Amino acid sequence: MRPLSYRRAAEIGEAVATVSTEPTSAFLAGGTTEVDLVRLGVARHDLLVDINDLPLADIENLPGGGLRIGALARMNDVARAAQVVEMYPGIAQALLLGASEQLRNMATMGGNLCQRVRCAYFRDNVSPCNKREPGTGCSALDGQNRGHAILGTSEHCIATHPSDVAVALVAFDAVVHTIGPSGARIIPIENFYLLPGRTPHIEHPLEHGELIVAIEVPPLPVARGSLYLKFRDRQSYEFALVSVLSALLVQDGRITEVRLALGGVGTTPWRARRAEAQLVGAPATAGSFAAAAAAELDAAVLHEHNAFKQELAQRAIVRGLDQAMVSAVHGGAR
Amino acid sequence: MPAWAVQLIAHHVRPKIMHNDQFVATAPPDRPPLTSGPSSLPVALTVNGSTHVVDLEPRVSLLDALREHLDLTGSKKGCDQGTCGACTVWVDGRRVLACLSLAVTCEGRSVTTIEGLAAGEELHPMQRAFIECDAFQCGYCTAGQIMSAVALLEEGNATTDAEIAESMSGNICRCAAYPNIRAAIREVRDAGEGGHRATA
Repeated sequence: MRPLSYRRAAEIGEAVATVSTEPTSAFLAGGTTEVDLVRLGVARHDLLVDINDLPLADIENLPGGGLRIGALARMNDVARAAQVVEMYPGIAQALLLGASEQLRNMATMGGNLCQRVRCAYFRDNVSPCNKREPGTGCSALDGQNRGHAILGTSEHCIATHPSDVAVALVAFDAVVHTIGPSGARIIPIENFYLLPGRTPHIEHPLEHGELIVAIEVPPLPVARGSLYLKFRDRQSYEFALVSVLSALLVQDGRITEVRLALGGVGTTPWRARRAEAQLVGAPATAGSFAAAAAAELDAAVLHEHNAFKQELAQRAIVRGLDQAMVSAVHGGAR
Repeated sequence: MPAWAVQLIAHHVRPKIMHNDQFVATAPPDRPPLTSGPSSLPVALTVNGSTHVVDLEPRVSLLDALREHLDLTGSKKGCDQGTCGACTVWVDGRRVLACLSLAVTCEGRSVTTIEGLAAGEELHPMQRAFIECDAFQCGYCTAGQIMSAVALLEEGNATTDAEIAESMSGNICRCAAYPNIRAAIREVRDAGEGGHRATA
């Protein structure tokens, strides 16, 4: 493991100033990704700035409804917070279906948003990888790509975004609050995740030294019936092959509002906007669900070992919407 | 600076700085602001109730500090990348992975390892139950399993076998002693002894 320097920050301004003026530094929160990648040699930081003492761990109800989740709130604490379970069950479920109890006690919400991909070629620190060494090529295109993405890919990178909770946050139009060397700003979460395109090494629009301080989730009645399903090779402690966040509002048998997002298949947490557009106004039936799922996965780009995900994702969407009907917020005659 | 930024800073940054000032004023004296490395520096680690000052480089994991510097070799190094759970310890009462924790970040926190579980010669009920239920074969994962199992009962999510299996999934047993591990946890749960901790 490369030598490291360490600084424990006592306030936000100090943490931001330190990281932004040290080119090979990074924030250290839970460390579950950072320490791992530094040890593997994939992350080449010389200085880690420990932000765990910053007062950013609160989970607060917002005055106008909605929730503000501090960037340093641990995954387990968010998953088991009463207001999360009540207002956004899909967030709680996504969190508890990720990682293990130990990792969820350590990992923070801000860190979760910034976690790096699990592509074996990215992590092995040897293979050509455009994300790790821009311009060297993508080993996954013709390699072992069973776990890789089928949506949002480019010829330069097909790594899957690994987060579960980000799928729920994308579905609910969360916003990311940051403080950086140029001040504070708010980034809608869908803009927070960048498609790989020609620059897979640039994953989000944060400046070096810009710190996530909170995630805000807007008030969203439809989210009260939300559901997160995750399909994977083993039942627990595993990344998704496909996951789906679904939530419905149904009136007189027709869908008036829907939230649908996918994990395990996209290079970013994937908001299924094509499917959503097709579902609004449609009858809440298995036929509508299947047609919308097909429309969303029509854009899939398949590789040798991950072609199965196209059908698996469609089946997952149909099941997710079907099960969300049980908890859906209904209106009118049923 | 654009108007939106001024407004943002007015609403978000300034209160935060106030919080920070309060925070600095009340910062625990055992976690002072610190800059160190890459060479070694004294780090005060509180493990099983005793505080030890050890010279550590910032890159040293809590697991290596325990095993190589404090001779507490009960916590095991399986994968060293947060996958197997053999290094599970408690930091401030919560189960975490010592391999992914840098030791220096644990300064001012309370660390508990398997060595801190027994009360003198008297084993913790979970240790006894693991022996009685034959909940291990090679034993390499056992310290981590037990640290996880005691925490699980304190967390209160062990009502069903399915819950136990889910909540213990971060501890891999390559001998696959899982049914007996679950039996040991059930035994302690049903005896109502789960919440007891010999040391803080």
